[in-house]
Amino acid sequence: MSKPMNNVQKIQHSLTKRKRAETRFRWYGRIAILIGLAAVMMLFTDIISKGHGAFRVTYIQLEVEYDQGLIGVTNLTDPAQLQDGNWGAIPKAALRAKFTDVSGRRDKRKLYGLLSNGAGFDLKDRLVANPLLLGEKERIWILADDDIDTYYKSWLDGEPYAARMSDKQMAWIDQLHNEGNIRLQFNSNLFTRGDSREPEQAGIRGAIMGSLFTLILTLLLSFPIGVSAAIYLEEFAPKNRWTDFIEVNINNLAAVPSIIFGLLGLAIFINFFHVPRSVPIVGGLVLTLMTLPTIIITSRAAIKSVPPSIREAALGMGASKYQMVLHHVLPLALPGMLTGAIIGMAQALGETAPLLMIGMVAFIVDIPAGFTDPATVLPVQIFLWADSPERAFIEKTSAAIMVLLSFLIVMNTTAVWLRKRLERRW
Amino acid sequence: MQATNILILILALGIFAFYIGRGRSLAMAKPLGGIRNLHSLPSYYGAYTALWCALPSTILLCLWMIFDEPLINSLVMGSISDQLADDSLATYNLQLNKISNIAEGILSSRGQSPELLIAADYMSRLQTMSQWSLTALMLCLTMAGLFLGSSKIDPAFRARPVVEKVMQNLLLACACLAIFTTLGIVLSVLFESLQFFRSVPAHEFIFGLEWSPQTAIREDQVGSSGSFGAVPLFVGTLLVSAVAMVVAVPIGLMSAIYLAEYASKSVRAVAKPTLEVLAGIPTVVYGFFAALTVAPFIRDLGTSFGLSVSSESALAAGGVMGIMIIPFISSLADDVITAVPQSMRDGSLAMGATHSETVRRVIIPAALPGIVGGIMLAVSRAIGETMIVVMAAGMAAKLTANPLESVTTVTVQIVTLLTGDQEFDSPKTLAAFALGLMLFTVTLLLNIFALHIVKKYREQYE
Repeated sequence: MSKPMNNVQKIQHSLTKRKRAETRFRWYGRIAILIGLAAVMMLFTDIISKGHGAFRVTYIQLEVEYDQGLIGVTNLTDPAQLQDGNWGAIPKAALRAKFTDVSGRRDKRKLYGLLSNGAGFDLKDRLVANPLLLGEKERIWILADDDIDTYYKSWLDGEPYAARMSDKQMAWIDQLHNEGNIRLQFNSNLFTRGDSREPEQAGIRGAIMGSLFTLILTLLLSFPIGVSAAIYLEEFAPKNRWTDFIEVNINNLAAVPSIIFGLLGLAIFINFFHVPRSVPIVGGLVLTLMTLPTIIITSRAAIKSVPPSIREAALGMGASKYQMVLHHVLPLALPGMLTGAIIGMAQALGETAPLLMIGMVAFIVDIPAGFTDPATVLPVQIFLWADSPERAFIEKTSAAIMVLLSFLIVMNTTAVWLRKRLERRW
Repeated sequence: MQATNILILILALGIFAFYIGRGRSLAMAKPLGGIRNLHSLPSYYGAYTALWCALPSTILLCLWMIFDEPLINSLVMGSISDQLADDSLATYNLQLNKISNIAEGILSSRGQSPELLIAADYMSRLQTMSQWSLTALMLCLTMAGLFLGSSKIDPAFRARPVVEKVMQNLLLACACLAIFTTLGIVLSVLFESLQFFRSVPAHEFIFGLEWSPQTAIREDQVGSSGSFGAVPLFVGTLLVSAVAMVVAVPIGLMSAIYLAEYASKSVRAVAKPTLEVLAGIPTVVYGFFAALTVAPFIRDLGTSFGLSVSSESALAAGGVMGIMIIPFISSLADDVITAVPQSMRDGSLAMGATHSETVRRVIIPAALPGIVGGIMLAVSRAIGETMIVVMAAGMAAKLTANPLESVTTVTVQIVTLLTGDQEFDSPKTLAAFALGLMLFTVTLLLNIFALHIVKKYREQYE
């Protein structure tokens, strides 16, 4: 039978329970944070472990002969001959010369499958650059096919992935490996070429250039417009309904789903103003509208942080309101505005959905050279590659993600550094 | 490109005009005994001249670029209108495309009908004419502006108020761009949606239970009934968003509480930016992660428990979306929790409550409106999120509440309906705009409501 307790006893009795609840609550918090941090870790390790291999690619060393009769080219300055030349024959002949015992059509096709089907054109480029090689022989490293690449890398790691390989091909690779005629090299194609259906030939240069042009346009449009709007709203706008309406609009636009901006771009820019599809111009316009709210909001915060005493001093010295803004407020607020612009650009660089709507999702091999060339951007390229069935594209996609993330990390670090460096406490 | 060159030219002339105007005012001031005899500073006279030089021509250039192409097209099509087989819009557009392609040399002129060749020739002549007349007009206009502006310069001329007035209006125009954007969004989705609702009744769209947007090309085609009942899409969207919220709200909220109330400065300095990294990762990366890592993992896990899990399960897409939203909720909640006045904390602690009791009984109730607002913003974000679901959720519209099955969402359907080339006026394409209208309305209402709550709450304590 329990004794009746007084209040002090009651409280002391409950203390252990309450303390346990306190500890438990703390642990909930810790666990939540740990889950968040684990998600960051998992994401990065997953991407890096999948993608690090793509920076190296398999090459096979062969003795090639630039035989005039075989290619059917006698004059390397004649574009018609270059166009019609049988370039694919050079690597094929080299393979036949290496593996003399291969016969039968099926085996030969397997043999030719060792090399990338763009190998002939790579040799053509080499020949055009060094015309003296015509008719000569040389030992040269040639790009391997993506299936071979996947197999060879996994084989080096000790768990061969042989789903798309025949026994003969594996034997050939064994032989090449023992002779030292197959190796991994830095994958320069990844950074120097445009998109391709063949994973081993595909690169992200086209997408990077597309992103660059789109972002340049976005920055050129959104930064001046955003800063002007912020200046107006902070310094000049009268307190009335119209100003309130503008503010409500800006705040809402900041939270509108990005895909809606794509619909806007499609309906207004493409269907109404007939801006061509798939070009950086239309991408830049859509991204400008999308990043404007971010830039306006951060710029306003930057202007707000300039103390009123500076404004009053300028006005007191006889400056007009514009002189006060242009000569004093703007220079002091500029670091904050730049930080906002960089963050807005980082957001625009990672954006995919609206660009799908305006046709920047096309398969484009050529590297865009200007604002009016059809282009795609880095995140859309990632989306396209992620959709491709070839296994080698998984590696490529992860590598492209790594490149995209490193751009974003650089941009965001710059923004943080800029803010730390130029932040002034008044 | 012609227009860019002209724009650069106008800009260069504008800068030139600035120096002309400034130089002229200085020259006028000199005999009077220095610039203190001018009404405004010399740079204002420069700016005044530059504005006269560049502003009218830039505005005209914009107008020209908008109206140039439609005008040429209608002229060209007017010249061959009697030869068109029928006057439907499709034939019109087809012929127009052909003509412009021939004119630009994309399409070979071999084997085309003579009428088209004549029209193409007419078009390229008009285009050349338009470009030359534009260049000439721009040059005249900038020069006229320059002379007009500089001729007005006079020591007594009040240049500063004029320049400042113009600048203020330019600034206002920039600020109003936000309104035009909203207006553009509303008009574009509304206009196309109305067209869509003409062929598919609105109630069928909003309450219909079957979604299969393939319209029949032939009469007897199988499986292309073209039904546009959007309920499965709404359910799918809600399911994925609900999964995301189940992941994001507890984790985001608890980490915000821990960071704001318990964590030491050094833990906070590391954990907060690291969590915010999640917010900076592009959604396409999350989509890749969801489709290639999380979805197979969940499927295998389900199989080992004897459950059949779709490889495009709502769970995978929603879970990864939840991870994406964690920093969003945690930073918003962090803001409102730190905004709760210290005196309330002190009061509760002084009464003998433990820290967790203070958090649960005092701080959370005080911060609740802000937290709810933050969660609503997060929901609107989850509903509008596109890339994760496009890559990791399914395409087939299924009416189910089971997160292990594959569902499709509004955004996925918008992307599927609009990527690739289709005819613009088919109900299939227009349906995407109707879905866009729904999406925009719902997110807008959520945002307005949430922002209202957050703002109202903030005012209470400030």
